[in-house]
Amino acid sequence: MPSALPLGDPAPSDGVLPSSAAAGSSNRDFGLYVHIPFCAVRCGYCDFNTYTAAELGGGASQANYAPTVQRELEFAAGALDRSGVTGRPLDTVFFGGGTPTLLPSGDLARVLTTARTLWGLRPGAEVTTEANPDSVTPASLEELAAAGFTRVSFGMQSAVPHVLAVLDRTHSPERVPLAVQWAREAGLKVSLDLIYGTPGEKLQDWSASLDAALSLEPDHLSAYALIIEEGTALARRIRRGQVPAVDDDDHADKYELAECALQAAGMSWYEVSNWARTDEDRCRHNLAYWKGHDWWGAGPGAHSHVGGTRWWNVKHPTAYAQRLEAGESPAAGRETLDDGARYVEDVLLRTRLAEGYPTADLNPAGRNAVAGLIADGLIEPREAFRGVVRLSNRGRLLADAVVRRLLPD
Amino acid sequence: MSPMARTAPVPAATDPAIIRNFCIIAHIDHGKSTLADRMLQLTGVVEQRDMKAQYLDRMDIERERGITIKSQAVRLPWELDGVSYALNMIDTPGHVDFTYEVSRSLAACEGAILLVDAAQGIEAQTLANLYLAMENDLTIIPVLNKIDLPAAQPEKYAAELANLIGGKPEDVLLVSGKTGVGVEALLDKIVSDLPAPVGDASAPARAMIFDSVYDTYRGVVTYVRVVDGHLSPRERIQMMSTRASHELLEIGVSSPEPTPSKGLGVGEVGYLITGVKDVRQSKVGDTVTNLAKPASSSLSGYADPKPMVFSGLYPLDGADYPVLRDALEKLMLNDAALVYEPETSAALGFGFRVGFLGLLHLEITRERLEREYNLSLISTAPNVEYEVTLEDKSVVHVTNPSEYPAGKIAEVREPMVSATILAPNEFVGTIMELCQGRRGVMGGMDYLSEDRVEIRYRLPLAEIVFDFFDMLKSRTRGYASLDWKADGDQVADLVKVDIMLQGEQVDAFSAITHRDKAYAYGVMMTGKLRELIPRQQFEVPIQAAIGARIIARENIRAIRKDVLAKCYGGDITRKRKLLEKQKEGKKRMKMVGRVEVPQEAFIAALSSDESKDKARK
Repeated sequence: MPSALPLGDPAPSDGVLPSSAAAGSSNRDFGLYVHIPFCAVRCGYCDFNTYTAAELGGGASQANYAPTVQRELEFAAGALDRSGVTGRPLDTVFFGGGTPTLLPSGDLARVLTTARTLWGLRPGAEVTTEANPDSVTPASLEELAAAGFTRVSFGMQSAVPHVLAVLDRTHSPERVPLAVQWAREAGLKVSLDLIYGTPGEKLQDWSASLDAALSLEPDHLSAYALIIEEGTALARRIRRGQVPAVDDDDHADKYELAECALQAAGMSWYEVSNWARTDEDRCRHNLAYWKGHDWWGAGPGAHSHVGGTRWWNVKHPTAYAQRLEAGESPAAGRETLDDGARYVEDVLLRTRLAEGYPTADLNPAGRNAVAGLIADGLIEPREAFRGVVRLSNRGRLLADAVVRRLLPD
Repeated sequence: MSPMARTAPVPAATDPAIIRNFCIIAHIDHGKSTLADRMLQLTGVVEQRDMKAQYLDRMDIERERGITIKSQAVRLPWELDGVSYALNMIDTPGHVDFTYEVSRSLAACEGAILLVDAAQGIEAQTLANLYLAMENDLTIIPVLNKIDLPAAQPEKYAAELANLIGGKPEDVLLVSGKTGVGVEALLDKIVSDLPAPVGDASAPARAMIFDSVYDTYRGVVTYVRVVDGHLSPRERIQMMSTRASHELLEIGVSSPEPTPSKGLGVGEVGYLITGVKDVRQSKVGDTVTNLAKPASSSLSGYADPKPMVFSGLYPLDGADYPVLRDALEKLMLNDAALVYEPETSAALGFGFRVGFLGLLHLEITRERLEREYNLSLISTAPNVEYEVTLEDKSVVHVTNPSEYPAGKIAEVREPMVSATILAPNEFVGTIMELCQGRRGVMGGMDYLSEDRVEIRYRLPLAEIVFDFFDMLKSRTRGYASLDWKADGDQVADLVKVDIMLQGEQVDAFSAITHRDKAYAYGVMMTGKLRELIPRQQFEVPIQAAIGARIIARENIRAIRKDVLAKCYGGDITRKRKLLEKQKEGKKRMKMVGRVEVPQEAFIAALSSDESKDKARK
């Protein structure tokens, strides 16, 4: 049961954006997100918009998914053009899911080619796909690199079998080093995704996963605390007492352990849950979300943002395909942020980044909160003196509380 | 069988000989309002189709709780042996908090119906009111109600009543307010057994106020019983306690809707409207006389209502303070017993310290404020009034723990009550245990019947205002009933226990307790708060202290994680909504120093465990 979409205003079927969205667009980065809503199995913790093959029929099958997305990209180019948004080459492209690599590499390559044809890729553009270590081969990775992909992000999650079992992950840990090696050989940068705080995961288990991941010398690493989402199979299993509940203190211990191990391995954080070996290794697509850049999200349930207007597509792949077939926007709803909401989002998102939030951009109430945050050890004093709110180690774990204090009204 | 009166006697020209003034003494739930309704119907003053169940209970809260807070008087015509009589039924409050109002209602009557549930027997409050009625020399008509119930035991309880008031069990009338059985016979008996009022028609008027009600459209409606003389429309009257004079804009009787008359004469019961807006200008127990020809002495028995229990009332939302102030002002118009003054709590903000006659009065007032004025309130733990004498002989009256003097204290006196508890004899042991635990001293014990006892205790009022009645009920499976009245004061070894969060005293949680119970209070309150207050960004010690001495301690560990890892695939809208929700939750927090305390924590910490258990069930 994929998570619910937000409620918003209705979105017009021609996809034309309000005039506010176009303003200043030539100065903003532009990205593309492509959602691939397929998985071989549904993991018990996942609440993303994804489907196993058996769940779908009709015109939304995996086989004709790529053409459907290509149709959305063509629609997108037209809609942006009609909205007066300056056409720009793409800075980043990100294929996420689901499991994008469940589709043949050729399909992913064709979608990327369409995007390149419509907008072009900026020199040095970052093009990433998520991948399951099980669903790649040396050949498939080479094909992706040849098509223009620069980066692959593997869903490693853990190196410990009993943890992977609770997460319903099917890959065996030994598969990960192989996949990483093949990606390297294909010339792709490598990111690993880890999950901590899985029910039953001991601190040593987490430490082992970190060590295993770091031994592969990834360029980038994401470590996400497992969030038990309502309505997932894992939430039900916890409710029934079949697996133990997780607690925030355990999460905090594991986060601190991760920071320690990653720092020792020469990686540094640039966002609360993300670390990179060098500044160039930071995921620019990820940063675009936090920095409020423009991106078009293609695929069912995908979210987009252009100049203060956010919208989201219908969730079900069948409904999504039908909309596009009829030449209509697949958007289910949208919202146009007023100045207040834009400020709130700006603080909310950018405070999570290591580069921090400029105190000069805070309103007076926010600036008043800064001294208290220093006193409580939640932000770094030196950075504050330089005019930047940057979370301390402790503050990263309490980032939501910091944001609430910066937005007191 | 008596017929409905064909011609009702005319007010203002009614011979006292054909007037009968009576009230009904009954316990909550024993069916007084249903019986009264049946009388209204049988005497024809309320048509069948207009009949609302329990016509006389006007306020919603009264109807829901099945209790009568405010009394009213209704004039009923009834014919016996060819003579038309005017029966004035004076409805009395049934709860111990309103003893003074009951006593004034009784003073307006010559007789009382003692109404007892035939399935439950007499209760302590009824006994107390019966005692008041007998002190006022009222003629008592014993009646067992609800004889239609399968569980009714009329023989047993008739014997109990006969035993109590003298007379024979056969003299006890058996009625059912629900089916109407025996109600006509009761009306006949009121006429035949109760004495007619006696007074001096030519003397200056003396009328006793037994109730005073604020009406939005008419101002204060004052209910009186004329003892001597005559009151006429448009004349100027005088309130003897304050010497204030008013013009009688309207005078009349209720039957049961207000009906203006040419006045009221000796023995009559009716209402006055003078245009005053505040019930304090028309006080229960006061004597009304003619301004032109004033009486030389007022009727006896007047007393100013004295609040016994004090509690701080605070709006959950500080912005509602003006609403609360206006609401209290309005309630005061209709409740002469309500006193209040502004109060500031460091923890709860701006509110009022309100004095009540008792715990029920507090609950009803709070419920009315919340319902009629749409307020959400926090009420602090109820307090009694302590008299604290300092070593320099100065005396301080303390109704709020935060006013408790910090200096050298020579002596503290606390108010006492004498309590009467009626219960089946199997519960004597548990009741004694409870009362002893509350520092009670037993005054005596009597058997009312072979299996029901009356137990008398002298207890500190402070020990019964909080949860005593709930405890009593739960320990006796609901069978025990309680009545109490003020009974002087005593010197006691009392201390103030302060509760501190992060070293900061939280006035709302302070309590004045007996020294022997201070430790238990400290442990209980710190433990409760540890459960109720969420973890903060820093460690929060919770301490209980007497003066500088810490007697209990708990600790809330600092929260370590408050961040969501994911960005939900670019679903920023969801993240922003989450933030808004979190901030909304924060608005429901009160700041104590730097500690965020949820409103619920105040409510839960200030409610007794017993009532929390009830809420859970």
